[in-house]
Amino acid sequence: MLFPMLNQLTISELTSRLAAKECSAREAMQACLDRIQAVDGKVKAFLSFDAADALQQAEAADREIAAGITHAQKPLLGVPIALKDIFAVRGQPCGVASRILEGFVSPYSSTVVEKLRAAGAVVFGRLNMDEFAMGSSTENSSYHTTLNPWDTTRIPGGSSGGSAAAVAADEAIATLGTDTGGSIRQPAALCGCVGVKPTYGLVSRYGVVAFASSLDQVGPFTKDVRDAATLLGVIAGHDPRDSTSVPQRVPDYAASLGRDLKGVRIGLAKEFMVGGLDPAVKSAVDEAVKKLTELGAEIQEVSLPHSQYAVATYYIVATAEASANLARYDGIRYGKRVEGGDLFELYSKTRGSGFGAEVKRRIILGTYVLSSGYYDAYYLRAQKVRTLIRRDFDEAFKQVDAIVSPTTPTPAFKVGEKANDPLQMYLSDIFTISCNLAGNSGLSLPCGFASDPKLPIGLQLLGPSFGEPTLFRIAHAYEQATDWHRQKPLI
Amino acid sequence: MAQDAFDINYVADLARLELSADEKARLGAQLGDILKYVDQLKEVDVSGVEPTAHSVPLVNVMRPDVVSEPLAHEDAMRNAPRQANGLFIVPKIVE
Repeated sequence: MLFPMLNQLTISELTSRLAAKECSAREAMQACLDRIQAVDGKVKAFLSFDAADALQQAEAADREIAAGITHAQKPLLGVPIALKDIFAVRGQPCGVASRILEGFVSPYSSTVVEKLRAAGAVVFGRLNMDEFAMGSSTENSSYHTTLNPWDTTRIPGGSSGGSAAAVAADEAIATLGTDTGGSIRQPAALCGCVGVKPTYGLVSRYGVVAFASSLDQVGPFTKDVRDAATLLGVIAGHDPRDSTSVPQRVPDYAASLGRDLKGVRIGLAKEFMVGGLDPAVKSAVDEAVKKLTELGAEIQEVSLPHSQYAVATYYIVATAEASANLARYDGIRYGKRVEGGDLFELYSKTRGSGFGAEVKRRIILGTYVLSSGYYDAYYLRAQKVRTLIRRDFDEAFKQVDAIVSPTTPTPAFKVGEKANDPLQMYLSDIFTISCNLAGNSGLSLPCGFASDPKLPIGLQLLGPSFGEPTLFRIAHAYEQATDWHRQKPLI
Repeated sequence: MAQDAFDINYVADLARLELSADEKARLGAQLGDILKYVDQLKEVDVSGVEPTAHSVPLVNVMRPDVVSEPLAHEDAMRNAPRQANGLFIVPKIVE
């Protein structure tokens, strides 16, 4: 047996072994499938996977490697990458963990999947999530709750909980998720991996099931910062099929790695170091800030005075957009249908039986804040507060290159702990949400552990729009000086 | 303002969403709490502030007006809950 096992490798480690012909892509894919077989009964990261299709893709990658295609040409050639159940892959199911899309098979592939394939990746699996990406724990999945590989009595975070747990449990080399209010960074923090919420408009959303269209972004989950830079470099870029994608050249993110932090200005937002912070999280983040200083960064305090309003603003903007986006699930052209006496009844019954509790809650709230008589008081006001939240960041980024904070106020909570209290669940996103409202870049990486039980803690770095190169530079320098990312859960 | 005015039946109708009596009771109470929480936005002075609908300053995005291959008919129909003769079956909507 090879040690470490192939499924435990990072993208960069696996590609160098593949290039050196020390292993095959088929062996790497098989190692992931074996790992899924061994641990996914406990972790439950996957909703489904097509092993035969994955192995065929891996064999095709092996033929390309044998024919002399290099990783300079195809940076992910032979690398198994699994997907949240939100990305369309032609011929594969796509259900956003919702009963309303049970049995749906995608008629086309999303742009990010085409980009992964063009880069040689072996794209496989449907990873669990909160239904329609609405939630922070995967407890809103219509199928099952994914469990945290570090402690299987706890949630992995959400909504991309399956994507985070699969990377932490070495069931895939890397995964993709989406982040609307923290749905990449929060589970990455709680499972101990690296997660990136790219700038709004950097990654195409074509073929990605919409939740809140002015906030949603696609991003990577990886085992280290270098892999995150590689994977983002592959999926980023302008797409004429997504009118919100920004026509801008994608920088070489690898060029940001391996540098010190001399001259880098990092802000500490005083509003983020609030009461209610778990003591283990606070001390890990304080230590991380010390480490960043040792590495040459200049730390200064900044202020984001409107950040206290971010959660309230988010739950108006996001639910309003969701209520409009989810109007398409009407039982006519695809998805579940429940027949009724007339069209209205067909719609109501289809939607009433197809959507789960949290999705219904958000559709109702979103419909209400957009309804006649309340639009100005709620939706329009929230959009104005959103402007103030953006301006706070614009001002802060005149003084600093990035802002550092905890990713979450606490480590992973217990299954069921917040399931019946939606407001408490929403407040677990308090540090991640404002980044989406502002459309900026964000990243979470491991910065320590709470003890007894041992649970990962995430450090969040926030940058301006298209600030990813600086975030990768800071994150990589910190990661090279620490070994949190090398620690593995015992499952 | 919100709690008195919140009529769950009216909003559920607008959303074309059938809810059970239990769901109505539970959602009504939870949404009352959430609306109370979001009422804090009323503290913020937003006079003269433009709303942000979207964080990227893109306007009037155009693409070249060229003919391209559409989704094949059978692909468009493959997930239809009811179909016949290559058409979607829907309830009668005109008397």
